[in-house]
Formats: sequence, structure tokens, C-alpha cells
Amino acid sequence: MITLEFVYVLMGLMFAGIAIVNLRDRSSAKRYVNGAFWALYAITFLVGTHLPNLVNGLLVIAMVVVMAIGKLGGAPAEETTREEREVSAARWGNRLFVPALAIPAVTLLGTLTFKYLHVGATPLVDPKQITIISLGIATVVALVVGMLMLRPPPSAPIVETRRLMDAVSWAAVLPQMLAALGTIFALAGVGPIVAGIIQRWIPLDTAFAVVATYAIGMALFTIIMGNAFAAFPVMTAGIGLPLIVQRFGGDVIVMAAVGMVSGFCGTLMTPMAANFNIVPAALLDLPDQNAVIKVQIPTGILLLAANVLIMYLFVFRA
Amino acid sequence: MAFPRPFAFVLPLIGILIVVAGFALRLNPLLVVAVAAIATGLAAGHAILDVIAAFGKAFIDSRSVAVVWLALPVIGLLERVGLKERARTVISSIHVATTGRLLLAYLALRQITAALGLTSLGGHAQMVRPLVAPMAEAAAEAKWGEPSERVRRRIRANAAAVDNIGVFFGEDIFIAIGSILLIRSFLDQSGFHVEPAQLAVWAIPTAVCAFVIHGIRLLLLDRSLRAEIAREREVAG
Repeated sequence: MITLEFVYVLMGLMFAGIAIVNLRDRSSAKRYVNGAFWALYAITFLVGTHLPNLVNGLLVIAMVVVMAIGKLGGAPAEETTREEREVSAARWGNRLFVPALAIPAVTLLGTLTFKYLHVGATPLVDPKQITIISLGIATVVALVVGMLMLRPPPSAPIVETRRLMDAVSWAAVLPQMLAALGTIFALAGVGPIVAGIIQRWIPLDTAFAVVATYAIGMALFTIIMGNAFAAFPVMTAGIGLPLIVQRFGGDVIVMAAVGMVSGFCGTLMTPMAANFNIVPAALLDLPDQNAVIKVQIPTGILLLAANVLIMYLFVFRA
Repeated sequence: MAFPRPFAFVLPLIGILIVVAGFALRLNPLLVVAVAAIATGLAAGHAILDVIAAFGKAFIDSRSVAVVWLALPVIGLLERVGLKERARTVISSIHVATTGRLLLAYLALRQITAALGLTSLGGHAQMVRPLVAPMAEAAAEAKWGEPSERVRRRIRANAAAVDNIGVFFGEDIFIAIGSILLIRSFLDQSGFHVEPAQLAVWAIPTAVCAFVIHGIRLLLLDRSLRAEIAREREVAG
């Protein structure tokens, strides 16, 4: 059976390759710093599953230390000039889109078909992780198609991957770090403390005040935690169920559905949701790491106001 | 402990304080998050080695969020031979295309496909960097003339935002998505049994509002970009 472990090994090999390209790059002043950073990250993918938790924790801390003391270097210049790329783009035409679109196409195909494929009695692909494994397989298929079509030097993919990853740099690791922070917050009981403070300090006497507090609280707590999934149980157990449903007789379905998307409004407005907000800024060469958040804030606020109204209008009559 | 007793219960919130201060002071987020995690664990009374181990376990358990990076080898390979340049040429030949209209079309596509459960059809690494962003830049260039790097960055930030808004306010309409399953299992534990389809239906009003609100902003973006590019030309003489 193909499991997530297969995808992790692929990723480990990719990050190891990036480390090697960095280490061998004599033109880079930061070759050892960047090389060490990506090598440590590669280890967490290649053998992280089998290492003790403490060792994994120390590996992560080592990455942070390497980054903080060594200061990671940026991306090297592109291998080809704009003129060369214009000429080659004209030569290949729309065929260039084939490998790029193969990623979503094969992912989709895998998501729809893998659940029916079995080897004997065991499923070919772990049924619980079909989407992620499909995406992993799709990237391999797309790379093979691209290599066969373009016939570049064999080192081209990993050299290009190194260029892109060094541009994204430490931001690549931030989503995982924030997920880990969320776990520590849960361990320390941060959620119930925040819900307790809200209940103690905000007057919740009218149905509208309760609805607004719940929806805005979902957004604010998501802004702090970076994840609406972490905010939902805390706010719903603290405010939604006892006040909206039990005291004011609101409908649990409308409350939960609109409450969750109110949290998503918070996701639009926080650097803590790094994979949605900080990573694309790095990926798109934006010098301001908050550039994407700034675009999203007006939509986030307006949509949150719309959610308060939607919930208030429908939660008491459904 | 010397900390005044009535307020001791808020000590674990120190992590939130560190994160907010760290982001406000523009310190490196990776460093800030690591420090906040360890401080929070210690403040809640756990031993340091236990905190590091819990941190390591959570980091390893969430490796799947990094899977998008696997798209980079093929994207890099295609960029090397002119993928972005080709995306620009294609958009320049569609004369009704403007930056805002193009992004509006992508918003609709992303919301609809996410509502059908196809959240993996978009994404910043797979779609926005190689295709959507270069196309959005090219549309502005073809319509209003060569934009400055500042305007180009604004367009790219908007392309990334559309991808987020489309997937966030589309995916909840699909019954088997993580957030619906989370709501359902949490409510089950609290004694309320609900069907995923009922939850999905009540995600629709917000999805429509998201499309209308952000759609209007995208059409306004066109006007703002056109004015900005014209102003830059005047200044440049």
C-alpha cells in the first residue's frame, strides 16, 4: 500500500538534493548555512517517522538556530535570460502548459480512482490520505512528462528547485512550526482561558450581542491561532452552544456552519496562517511579507460583517 | 510563585503576547514561533524536554502541509524554458481580458471547483506563481501599458488573495471537507447530531457574499490599476 510515508521520502530526497546543490555552489557565500538548513529539514522527512519525539524537536530547534545565527542566503540568479525564455516559449507554445496542468489533472484523476484500486485485498493507496498522495504522485508524473518533452540536462529540475526554495527560504517551514505552536497552545489550555475572559468581560444580554461575539470571536481567535479549526471547539463550547443554542434557542446547524466561515474571515487577516498568507508572498517575490494580507483585510472585514447578519437573520428561525 | 494569584491563570497566554510582539517588531517569524512555543509550555508548568518533544511530534505530524513544494521541480523546469512568458503571450491575445476580470474568472472557477471537493485544482505553487500571476500582470500590460515593479507586486498580491478567498469560501459547500467533518464530530461529542449536507447548505449564503464582495473589489481594482499606471507614465514624462 502506498502511504504518506512514500510522499515524505520523495520530499526528503528533494530537500536533500537542494542541500547538495547549495553545498556544491562555490559562488554562494551562504552555501554551508543554506545547505545545513535544508539538510536538517530533509532528515525530518526521510527518517522523522522513526526518530524519538525529542530528537525531532531538537532537529527543529537546530534549524531555527542555523537560520537565526547563520542568516539564510537568498536565491541565485536565473539560469536562462529573459530573451532565451521568450525564444523557447515561442518554440514550445501551448505545449508548455501540458506538464503544468498535469499536476491538477493527475491529482484529480487519482482522487477519483485510487479508492477503487486494490492489490489483492489491500487498497493500492491509503484511503485516508488519497488527496495528498495523489498530489505527490501527480508531481512525479508531471516531472517525467516535462523531462521527456523538454530533454533538459538531468540536473535542471533540482537546480531550479533550489532556486525557487531558496527564494521562499525559511517561510517554507513556517506553516509546520505554527501547527506545532497550536498543539503547544492546546497542551497549555490557552483556548479555555481565552473563552473564560470573553465570557467574563463582555456583556452578553441580547441575542445580537451573543451572535456578534461568537462570530467576531471566531475571527479574532483564528487570527491568534492562525487556524479556524483550533478556534471552533473553543468558541463553540464557550459561547456558541451555551448562549446561542441553549439560552436564546438558536439553531445549531446555522450557528456551526456560519461560525466556521467567520473563522475563515480571520484566516484572511493573519500572518499566523502562514501557508496561505506569508508563503505566497515569498513565492511571488513580494518584499513585503504582509502584502497578501493587506489585500485581503477589506474583504475579511466586510465578509465578517455579512456573516454576523446572516447568522442573526437565520439562526433563530431555521 | 510571586505572580499575583488571581491573574496566574493567564500565564500560558504569554505565547500569544510573544507572537503578537514578534510580528509587530518584524522579528523573524520562525524564531518568534519557536520561542513562543517553548515559553507557553514552560508557563503551563511542563518540563522543557517534554515541551521540545511535544513540539517535535507536532512538527512531524503536520509534514503533509509541505507537500505543495513537490510541485516546484516541474514548475522550475518549465519556468526555465519560458512558461511564464508563454502565459503572458496567451493573455495578451485575449482582448477583453483585464487584470480584474481575469482574477474574477479565477475566483469563480476556484469557488466552484472547491465546492465540488476539488480543492487541489488551485494553489499558490501550482497555479498562481506559474500561471495566474503572470497572466494577471500581462493583462494589465496589454491594456494599460508597462506597469512599474510596484504595480506588478500589487497585482501578484491580488492573484494570491483570490486563490485563498476562492478556496476558503467554496470548500465548505463540499460535504466531505475537513472543516465539515470537524464540526460534525465536535457537535456529536456535545450531544447534537447533524448531517454534513445540512451544514454544507448553510455555507452557501457566505459563499455568495464572498463572491459579490470580492468580485466588486476586483472590478474596482481595474480602475485603480489603470489610474495608477497612467499616473506613473505622467511622472515618467
